[in-house]
Amino acid sequence: MWDWGFALEILPTLAKAAIVTVQVTLLGFLIALSLGLALAAARIMQPWTAVPISLAVELIRSTPLLIQIFFLYFVGPSFGLTLDAMTAGILAIGLHYAAYCSEVYRAGFESVPRGQWEASVALNLGRWTTLRDIIIPQAIPPVVPALGNYLVALFKETPLLSAIAVMELMQSAKIIGSQTFRYNEPITLVGLFFLVMSLASAWAIRRVEAGINRRYRR
Amino acid sequence: MGLRGLAGLLALTIATIWYLSGLEDYRIFVPGLAQGAAMTVQITAAAAVLAVTAALVAALLKLYGPAPLRWLAVTYIEIFRGTSALVQLFWLYFVLPVFGITLEAYTAAVIGIGLNIGAYGAEVVRGAIVAVPRGQWEATVALNMSRAQALRRIILPQAFAAMIPPWGNLFIELLKTTALVSMITLGDLAFRAQQMNQTTMKTVQIFTLVLLIYLAMSLVITIAMRLLERRAGRGILRARAA
Repeated sequence: MWDWGFALEILPTLAKAAIVTVQVTLLGFLIALSLGLALAAARIMQPWTAVPISLAVELIRSTPLLIQIFFLYFVGPSFGLTLDAMTAGILAIGLHYAAYCSEVYRAGFESVPRGQWEASVALNLGRWTTLRDIIIPQAIPPVVPALGNYLVALFKETPLLSAIAVMELMQSAKIIGSQTFRYNEPITLVGLFFLVMSLASAWAIRRVEAGINRRYRR
Repeated sequence: MGLRGLAGLLALTIATIWYLSGLEDYRIFVPGLAQGAAMTVQITAAAAVLAVTAALVAALLKLYGPAPLRWLAVTYIEIFRGTSALVQLFWLYFVLPVFGITLEAYTAAVIGIGLNIGAYGAEVVRGAIVAVPRGQWEATVALNMSRAQALRRIILPQAFAAMIPPWGNLFIELLKTTALVSMITLGDLAFRAQQMNQTTMKTVQIFTLVLLIYLAMSLVITIAMRLLERRAGRGILRARAA
């Protein structure tokens, strides 16, 4: 039932695909982090954006990522936005998690006492300077663990890109399966890879969390 | 967003779906998408029942079970939280037959999604039980209740109120996860959308409708959970006031 020889034989192919998975994860998370911060900052700096942004966040969080991936990949061309599968996938994942991350940042911003804003006004700092130099440095560290959890969640959603044939881990396992009629080893190995990576990142997040608690204890 | 805002958004979403489905370009997709939506609702409901059950059992075993059962619960939670839902579905559907257990696509979908969300739910349930003040346990000892009685009559009802908001989020996750069953050949909303997209190439119309339908379903879940939260919270507030 389980063939170690076959498992070893497909390991290099899977390892190559794992690199794509990691690339998608990192690039997607980079988009999520920066766009999420931009959205959360926009809500503070321009209060009128709060309603459209919260509506967009609600829309993105209420619909499946798979459909959003299809939407970007298939609907994009009708509006003159033709993306290759990898770009569309990274963009969809990044946008999806930007919605989640913006809520995390928002919680971080709200945890900074109002007095910090008032003190900055008293010191004649501009609003942007205040945000950049006073608020963000205080708002981000407490939410780093929450952001880390979304990194792990994002990582676990990357197999969805196999639906638009991005050659990541799951797609490569599916192809091995359809060529050899052996799904047992490839899919189990993919599962193990995710399990090990997730447990390792959960451990890393706990370490970071402990470090932050030590440094920023008020 | 407040309850009123959510209800307004739901009304707007349903009105938009209604309006679109009357248009020439969209009308042909309505019967197929309706069938798909019915399948999505069915899987969501069945998987939700399994998820709540699995979460309760796993949380109670992890907290109070004897050692081997406790390890079993921990292993279940870590495996299902540590791997992708899609990988789990594929494993159930394509790998399990190798070990002599063949599941229908529908059964694999309900079991896979139910157990996946159940693993996240187990941590929610555990957190809510642990958050019940210690004095409640001590009081049940003073009243000569058995542990099982204490759990059933005193601890779980209080933990229940604290569980509702995170379960609301999990049910939304569950609904969104059901889109994955299209990849093990089940005819849900996402599957119908892909199928009709391939035959008609009317991508914009199909996927707009599908997104709106999922949005409407999510809003129904959110509103229902908010109402439930309000009900559960009301009892507790009254008890505290008395």
